[in-house]
Amino acid sequence: MEVRNTMQLEIPAVPENVGVARLALGSFASQLNFTLAELDEIKVAVSEAVTNSVVHAYPEGPGPVVVTAEHDGRELMIRVRDSGKGIADVAQARQPSFSTDPERMGLGFVFMDSFMDQLEVESRPGQGTTVTMRKRCQAGQQPQAAAEEGSARSGG
Amino acid sequence: MAEVAKGGTAVAIEQHLTGRTLVVRLQGELDLVAAEEFRREVEKALDQSGARTLLLNLSQVSFIDSSGLGAILGRYRRMSQQQGRVILVGAGAAVLPILELSGLLRIIAHYETEHQALAAS
Repeated sequence: MEVRNTMQLEIPAVPENVGVARLALGSFASQLNFTLAELDEIKVAVSEAVTNSVVHAYPEGPGPVVVTAEHDGRELMIRVRDSGKGIADVAQARQPSFSTDPERMGLGFVFMDSFMDQLEVESRPGQGTTVTMRKRCQAGQQPQAAAEEGSARSGG
Repeated sequence: MAEVAKGGTAVAIEQHLTGRTLVVRLQGELDLVAAEEFRREVEKALDQSGARTLLLNLSQVSFIDSSGLGAILGRYRRMSQQQGRVILVGAGAAVLPILELSGLLRIIAHYETEHQALAAS
């Protein structure tokens, strides 16, 4: 896809940075014509992906989480990558209510899956986990809006 | 008894006891950081008050994810073990769809206002 904007954020995997990533990505996603409800969904998906890295990736102390995003005005791509312990069984982890902790719901991947159009999870034990999510912007698919923007720019 | 407990910047928790109902009004974004604070503060208040019903007012919560839901589920489990109950109140447009999708509303009642919730409890 033709990239109209990109961003990259590298943060330590600590709880306080879940909100930092969510705020940054919410702001980045608002450059597209997503509805408020869709922006809320994107924020939940980002929160879940970064929370997974914070809670699971680095049992021996926080390592890095790299959040990258790009959009072409029509589709948003978000990638959350850690270099942590990885997920032994991705298929099992993606099942609803797979959680070993009574304080957790095991719905992280379910929310990512439900709220984004596409979700890919790549993980190898000892080498980290990369979650890639895409969401198309329905309102941004009107070519008329882009054409109007283009003519306004060339006129100025 | 009236108590205001505020910690951190992520979520503000206001609590008071009405009869045997502990009313907790949450404010802010209920994510991983806030969920831990919420769990700690509400556990302490439940231990001290001996409340039978925990009313969680979510009307000022602007964001919730599975960490926040997990913290609510944890309190539901505790109250259920003591033959008590949890009631949710006032979840708004950013929160209600998440509660519905999670399945929590199949086990926990949700009311629009505290008045309605207290009248029903």
